[in-house]
Amino acid sequence: MAKDIKDLGWNELIPGAALFSFSEPVEDVTEVAIDERPYSPTNSHEYSVGDWRVEKPVFNRDYCIDCQFCWVFCPDISIISRDKKMIGVDYEHCKGCGICVEVCPTNPKSLLMFPEHLENEEALAKWPAKEAKK
Amino acid sequence: MAKKYELNEIEVWDGNTAVSHALRQARIDVVAAYPITPSTPIVQNYSKFLADGYIDGEFIMVESEHSAMSGCVAAGAAGARTATATSSQGFALMVEVLYQASGMRIPVVLTVADRALAAPLNVNGDHSDMYLGRDAGWINLCAYNPQEAYDLTLMAFKIAEDLDVRLPAMVHQDGFICSHTAQNVRPLSDAEAAKFVGEYKPVNSMLDISNPVTHGVQTEEDWHFEHKARQHNDLMNSKNVIKRVFDEFKTLTNREYNLVDNYKLEDADIAIVAIGTTVESARIAADKLRDEGIKAGVLGIRVLRPFPFEEIVNALSNVKAIATMDRSAPGGTFGMLFNEISGAMIGSGKSPIILNYIYGLGGRDTTIEQLIEIYRQLDDCARSNQRKYPLQQFIGLRGPKLSFF
Repeated sequence: MAKDIKDLGWNELIPGAALFSFSEPVEDVTEVAIDERPYSPTNSHEYSVGDWRVEKPVFNRDYCIDCQFCWVFCPDISIISRDKKMIGVDYEHCKGCGICVEVCPTNPKSLLMFPEHLENEEALAKWPAKEAKK
Repeated sequence: MAKKYELNEIEVWDGNTAVSHALRQARIDVVAAYPITPSTPIVQNYSKFLADGYIDGEFIMVESEHSAMSGCVAAGAAGARTATATSSQGFALMVEVLYQASGMRIPVVLTVADRALAAPLNVNGDHSDMYLGRDAGWINLCAYNPQEAYDLTLMAFKIAEDLDVRLPAMVHQDGFICSHTAQNVRPLSDAEAAKFVGEYKPVNSMLDISNPVTHGVQTEEDWHFEHKARQHNDLMNSKNVIKRVFDEFKTLTNREYNLVDNYKLEDADIAIVAIGTTVESARIAADKLRDEGIKAGVLGIRVLRPFPFEEIVNALSNVKAIATMDRSAPGGTFGMLFNEISGAMIGSGKSPIILNYIYGLGGRDTTIEQLIEIYRQLDDCARSNQRKYPLQQFIGLRGPKLSFF
């Protein structure tokens, strides 16, 4: 789109406020990585929509087995994973629902919820030990 | 492939049967419907046509009218031609979704057999449901008899789906008085009708997976106003497409439609403005007055939305006294037609005497004698150039005379 979306007049909008995900069609979208897709300026991918989060999931590489459960279950595609290797959490889009933590099968968990204001390094320093078998 | 339905040159159809055949011939992809009196036979006939092999599309039986219109909107967003039918309480339940259809620019066709709104519960014809939906951003076409209900339903698809319009359209007919009155109807053949309506042209279809699209988005103070302005602009400008489709239909059938239906208005001193079957009754009353040398005419509203401002002003510019007839309880003000006709005339620098008559609620019969009496009041005003009667009167009402202002 040549013009910035903020400069559009009423007569330049798509009737019905139909919003396209991409600025051009993408064939076989599942083969195109997220950061290579031509997201349109109105796609929520282009906006920071994680700001109502109160608690955030923190990822701990040390315990992760790359099972992809968190990636599968995240309702907002906010788990970043490449080639089935877990990388981290997209904090621009994560709403802090905690489902990724709930489904994480490791002991201790590789994802845990911490207060939003806590630095991730501090969170990792506080990581709990493996729970004893009962 | 749907079977061809053999039709006679002249069929004896009531309004509902006529509309159900128009829907069948329009080759609709998805009808989602919930039956309600008096529009029930429209979707009942339609589902029978489908069961008997005369229709290729889908018919979705839903649990309410809210779901019926939602099904149409969703199928429309997916890229399908859609239509349904309703009346009264069902229409009221659809209202939320009517605004979704127009705002999302989904060209659903809704055929309405107009009926009173409860309470008290009433199954008969008046325009309460039509008036309830008039601000919903739909094109509103008004039929006065079964032939017109058939014709306008076919035309509604072509108008609504035009790429310059892309707005939903309603086709109104009076519940029972039109919907259940059998008259001669001259249908098109299935092939002619399909050719006239044309192939559906999907726009921003959800089922194009290489180009995903979100319909029904949220816009707040940043963009809502611009989208509603665009919608209103396109509805106002749809007049041109409506006129073009009316012309094409006339070329095909020799049946003429206009934004307003003028009857003997060229030299009229007095005029009744109405919608629906009462327009035809008023023509008979006007002729009786003309037998006495009184120049009476009738203006029928054919297209209620977009409002035919110029056409109304032109037709009524030399009329001295006008009766605006509203078949809907005005709810604490004047009837809609009084307000809109008055606004149109004053806005054009005309100041005829304009009276408002509330009539026919809940299917109350409106007689030729009552319409003649209205003309006599208008004639009295026109001759003396004085408003001699209250601005708003209820007619055909038991008990003491009810009037306001």
